[in-house]
Amino acid sequence: MLRFAALLDRLSSEPGRNGKLALLTDYFRTAPDPARGYALAMLTGSLRFRHARPAVLRALVAGRVDPVLFELSHDFVGDLSETVALIWPAPEAAERNAPPLPEVIRQLADAPRGAAVAELLAGWLDGLDETGRWALLKLVTGGLRVGVSARLAKTAVAGLGELSADDIDEVWHGLSPPYESLFAWAEGRAGRPVTDDPVPFRPPMLAHPLGEADLSGLDPADFAAEWKWDGIRVQAAAAPAPGGGSRQRLYSRGGEDITAAFPDLVGSFDFEAVLDGELLVVIEGEVCSFSMLQQRLNRKTVSARLLESHPAAIRAYDLLSLEGEDLRPLPFDRRRALLERFVHQIVHPRIDLSPLVPFDDFAALEAARGDPGLLHGGRDAAAIEGVMLKRRAAPYLPGRPKGEWYKWKRDPYRVDAVLMYAQRGRGQYSSFYSDYSFGVWREGPEGAELVPVGKACFGLTDDALAEIDRFVRAHTVNRFGPVREVAHEAETGLVLEVAFEGLNRSSRHKSGIAMRFPRLVCLRRDKQPHEADRLETLLALLPACDRSA
Amino acid sequence: MSEGHLQLARAGLYCPAGGFHIDPLRPVERAIITHGHADHARAGHGAVLASAETLAIMAARYGPEFAGRTEALVPGKRLSIGGVGVSLHPAGHVLGSMQVRLDVAGRVTVVSGDYKRQPDPTCAPFEPVPCDVFITEATFGLPVFRHPPARAEIGRLLASLALFSDRTHLVGAYALGKAQRVIAELRGAGYDRPIYLHGALEALCALYAAHGVALGPLESVGERGRELAGEIVLCPPGQLADRWARRFGDPVRVAASGWMRVRAWARQRGAELPLVISDHADWDGLCATITETGADTVWVTHGAEDALVHWCGKQGLNARPLNMIGYGDEDGIARSDTLSGPR
Ligand SMILES: [Zn+2]
Ligand SMILES: [Zn+2]
Repeated sequence: MLRFAALLDRLSSEPGRNGKLALLTDYFRTAPDPARGYALAMLTGSLRFRHARPAVLRALVAGRVDPVLFELSHDFVGDLSETVALIWPAPEAAERNAPPLPEVIRQLADAPRGAAVAELLAGWLDGLDETGRWALLKLVTGGLRVGVSARLAKTAVAGLGELSADDIDEVWHGLSPPYESLFAWAEGRAGRPVTDDPVPFRPPMLAHPLGEADLSGLDPADFAAEWKWDGIRVQAAAAPAPGGGSRQRLYSRGGEDITAAFPDLVGSFDFEAVLDGELLVVIEGEVCSFSMLQQRLNRKTVSARLLESHPAAIRAYDLLSLEGEDLRPLPFDRRRALLERFVHQIVHPRIDLSPLVPFDDFAALEAARGDPGLLHGGRDAAAIEGVMLKRRAAPYLPGRPKGEWYKWKRDPYRVDAVLMYAQRGRGQYSSFYSDYSFGVWREGPEGAELVPVGKACFGLTDDALAEIDRFVRAHTVNRFGPVREVAHEAETGLVLEVAFEGLNRSSRHKSGIAMRFPRLVCLRRDKQPHEADRLETLLALLPACDRSA
Repeated sequence: MSEGHLQLARAGLYCPAGGFHIDPLRPVERAIITHGHADHARAGHGAVLASAETLAIMAARYGPEFAGRTEALVPGKRLSIGGVGVSLHPAGHVLGSMQVRLDVAGRVTVVSGDYKRQPDPTCAPFEPVPCDVFITEATFGLPVFRHPPARAEIGRLLASLALFSDRTHLVGAYALGKAQRVIAELRGAGYDRPIYLHGALEALCALYAAHGVALGPLESVGERGRELAGEIVLCPPGQLADRWARRFGDPVRVAASGWMRVRAWARQRGAELPLVISDHADWDGLCATITETGADTVWVTHGAEDALVHWCGKQGLNARPLNMIGYGDEDGIARSDTLSGPR
């Protein structure tokens, strides 16, 4: 438990991806089985415990600590479980007996309740040092929140040997903690683990962004084009289970099992196939905005009302497996023909076909990616964010192979906004004021006023960062904790060009909108703040159904 | 407030019988100074009585003319000032740091100054002094503060250096005391490469070395930057998030302070590797010391008074907070912050 605690402690304060990866790989290399496997399960979210509600912690600490001292400490520290970890009066180091991680996991998995939880926790807390107690309480209150994605943890395991994270994803859902066969494979001590999962995740084939330079070397006849939908990529799989019956699963692009959140879709998979497609909210045949889809995501369960108001659908664009046969080695054209026949045969009300976009030359396609109506994008044009180019002869290859698939996105939207607030960045940017909130003009009760529309922290050159940093330090008009409000008036202030992919309606923002993927393009030294954009310009970009909301 | 020996005057603690202040906040006629941290040792007094090391530190910081007259007191040697017996006793806080013991008619008062109970290779260890009235600091006067052994924290720094051997490890440490202690602990752990110093730390490191504290090879950072990849560089805490730090590319930012125990604070200071190394007694150290002195009366000052006053009350001691405004904390966070918490 102590080693894992030290890892979590270090991860929680390490801001960089490479730094986190190095810490993880180092841990997996040196920690023994089965402890490292349980650690992997916790980091990837395969195991999650929620045994200790705040009331449990309070009761626990009340038995050990003077209540006045506890309240004074809690006021000071802020976080309840951290206060408990810090204040817990553990015995002297020499008398402590740290519980091993596998033991902790095993006992938690037995789902103890009430007094049994309290007794277990008290015993463990007595055996641990401060870092250990902090980590234990994170573990039992659910959600480690140390900034490590499941993918990053798998990448670290892959880094033990010659594997890639994709290799691991492919066997992942057939394995269970403590993953000893996985570590043996990653370290080259054993072969690929054999699983009996009839619907494993198949790592998706990904596209490269299309650059100007790519285009001249490509022959339009070699490629098929499809719309790029503004939803989330999913893999829908169904197959007979070994013990009888059928197993259905919906995976996110990253291999996360999201089946439970989509009973309206998954429950009716009565086929044996694996589909690659886009998850969308579709009402009466019309694709709705991404913000509506977002309300269906990240849920463990879903209410009947939400199922009705936000019905999910899949727009299929590839077929990876059919009746047990792996189609991935086939060229795209063959898979496409099989996909079309398959979608017509199953007649599933929530699965349709993503159409091919006929085109003569790249110029026509380029025009259509910004204005889908030009090539029959039709009524779903608002849900289209560009086109995909797929080589007709290419097999389905996991990862991002070169030269096979391209995404050709509509150009991002751009606005000129005024810097309003700044905050220090993280990690290597912690000496710069490099996190910015910016706003655009609208008509307020007392004339034109700036209203914040977004936050962004990357995209600028070091020179521009340094210049803004100087401006922030010299023109701070207000401080709110770590945040500085900087001068932003008609004639005094900085104008930032901001690019973003789209807008969502948002009641949490004063402006009523939230930008998707905002990033900074450049510092507009040539513009005065009063020349920045107006809120009306942004509102006009919302899909029609969202504009009035 | 008075116990016969001391009262709280405008400038701080004052002994009317002896006609001197202890660690006054503004210039006075005659001052006894516990140690060289800026919030205790100010320039401009008529006369300063302190340990020889503290006088040397004050001269290094303020120039040789920092007081009208100085007198070096030998630890443990009692002298009489206006009928008040006065002696200094090591506080274990930084080089030359002392507690002040006063006695009048057999009743003894001890002013702790800042102190700690952990071993520290750079200064004489704290000496418990039996007394009737104990005036204690309480910088870390909450039971959430329990400092781990410094050796273990240094071990974490060395482990990080081994793992991230291509990144400079930039350690923010206060110029007087913390910096030298971190260096000495690194040496104790067998680290013998040169340690690089920000200019603001050089004078006091040299002073420590001149007083016989072995710090090993030290070099100034000067104009160097990325060529110090994989090395340990010490700088004042404020420089960690300053433009100066950019010269090292992507350093691991390390902060050494007792406040690092609270994660929100560590995050707020941008510390990627927070080390809990403190110059001050932790909660257990404070409680143990109060018990050890045998005092029946405790005045609590300089930090989080409420919790310690509460604890004393439960031990049957007569305790009260002594609200002296103006004392900061050498870990770099103003006292007003320590009262409101990190949020
Ligand atoms: Zn001090
Ligand atoms: Zn102090």
